[in-house]
Amino acid sequence: MNDAVQVFDVAAIRAEFPILRQKVRGKDLVFLDSAASAQKPRAVIAAMVGAMETQYANIHRGLHWMSERTTDAYEATRDAAARLLNAYDRSEIVFVRNSTEAINLVANSYARVMMKPGQAVLISGMEHHSNIVPWQMLRDSHGIELRVAPLTDAGELDMAAFEALLADGKVGLVAITHMSNVLGSYTPAERIATLAHAHGAKVFFDGSQAVVHRRVDVQAIGADFYCFTGHKLYGPTGIGVLWGRRELLDAMPPWMGGGDMISSVSYERSTWADVPHKFEAGTPAILEGIGLHAAIEFVESIGYPAIAAHEAALTDHGLAKLSAIEGITVIGRAQDRGGVISFTLDRAHAHDVATLLDRQGIAVRAGQHCAEPLMRSLSLDSTARASFGIYTTHEEIDALADTLVRIREFFG
Amino acid sequence: MFEDVRDLYNTAIVERGRRPHHMHKLTAFDATAKGDNPMCGDRVQVWLRFAPDGTIAETGFEARGCEISRASADLMVEAVQGHSPADTRAMFARFREMAQTGNCPACAAFEPLKPLASVHAYPSRVKCATLPWHALIAALEGEGHASSE
Repeated sequence: MNDAVQVFDVAAIRAEFPILRQKVRGKDLVFLDSAASAQKPRAVIAAMVGAMETQYANIHRGLHWMSERTTDAYEATRDAAARLLNAYDRSEIVFVRNSTEAINLVANSYARVMMKPGQAVLISGMEHHSNIVPWQMLRDSHGIELRVAPLTDAGELDMAAFEALLADGKVGLVAITHMSNVLGSYTPAERIATLAHAHGAKVFFDGSQAVVHRRVDVQAIGADFYCFTGHKLYGPTGIGVLWGRRELLDAMPPWMGGGDMISSVSYERSTWADVPHKFEAGTPAILEGIGLHAAIEFVESIGYPAIAAHEAALTDHGLAKLSAIEGITVIGRAQDRGGVISFTLDRAHAHDVATLLDRQGIAVRAGQHCAEPLMRSLSLDSTARASFGIYTTHEEIDALADTLVRIREFFG
Repeated sequence: MFEDVRDLYNTAIVERGRRPHHMHKLTAFDATAKGDNPMCGDRVQVWLRFAPDGTIAETGFEARGCEISRASADLMVEAVQGHSPADTRAMFARFREMAQTGNCPACAAFEPLKPLASVHAYPSRVKCATLPWHALIAALEGEGHASSE
């Protein structure tokens, strides 16, 4: 991995993404919806196609050349993911479909078995539904209390309130986003982990957004679990990663049973494969796993320092441009934030804004962003959201801003 | 810049979306239901009062949503006025077909709803137009809640 800030050539990066040359309604595509799912570089596409064309077979079981090659390629992704997150060991990388599955795995294995009724899970007021609903289901089936740490007016985690919610020692697990998909706010991961541990809780970060924009080091954070999804990191859908400390994963029972996760099976009893395979029942997303490896290498080839610098410049530019438009309200004013800007326009509903932007080839998300409780706490029904990736340009943000001015006139 | 969206954002829709004529709660009503689209956050509530013969005497609504859903609710109120529940259900079926396809066979009776026909060219917005109807039908059926998902 090269930590040096390289010269960031956005044109060269864009050339790696074939889709960015598409016209939408006769206009240049301005794709500002990467926080929902990012576009795919040629390397990812080529890796998946290449595997299908040259070496495809099922993995971990075939005693033949194709299976061995494919197993090696798939398992190499585990090494890449371990390197990406700075895991202690490659066996701590569990492949899942997405972050949602990772959270459900921890809820149904770690929390259901290792936590006792009366203990609590602590989340924050800016969680995606995927980090709310699994804990509600656990609460209702297992008597676990669900606590929610509030936000400040700026849209940052209220650390005093967070610490107060830990004070009685009942919280067994803090499950919290590392970066909000609505507000763009980062949460102070190291401090959260320190506080959680001081009060006897483990800590699980949903890194779906964060890992796209800056280096994540689970050892430096002091995390116990961390997850991300491949498709937001320029990789395929259907593949994600749960990282957990080896001793925790060892102590956890499997969640799903089936092939690939066993050591031996008889009608009387079965025994489990070692970590991580005991959590990987059934034939996995083989091609998607191979594609994720290419995505990780693509990100590493650009380097997080360069990515973070580019996206910080884009976000500063976007905030300045949008804030200067009369009638636009930017939602969330966190000091430490990533490339996501949610906003409302006084004269038009977010859906109408999104439809009119779409007619100019500009793709944004509009709605509740799978964060209905956050939207309610902000007294909002919906926002529009522009989100940035490594291929986003300042000119695209200018196009967004110019079009928003015209939309406001349209709804005048 | 936006001439190509005037098919959907036509004068009738923009006018009704911005200044609906019937956006108010009924103080005396026989049925009510809420509708929501959980994906986007649109919310609507519809109130109905029936005439002695069972036809719809008065409809009111409150909506938090986009121009399309508000305009659709407002035009719906006028379209169902004086109609029986059975007629209203049939009208919704024809309206939904129009919203999804742009075609409106045998629907001269609901000329006021025609400005919404072009929503079919905006597939992600069809549910905005049908949400108030889902709430209306839920009220007629005695169900308290409807979703456009």
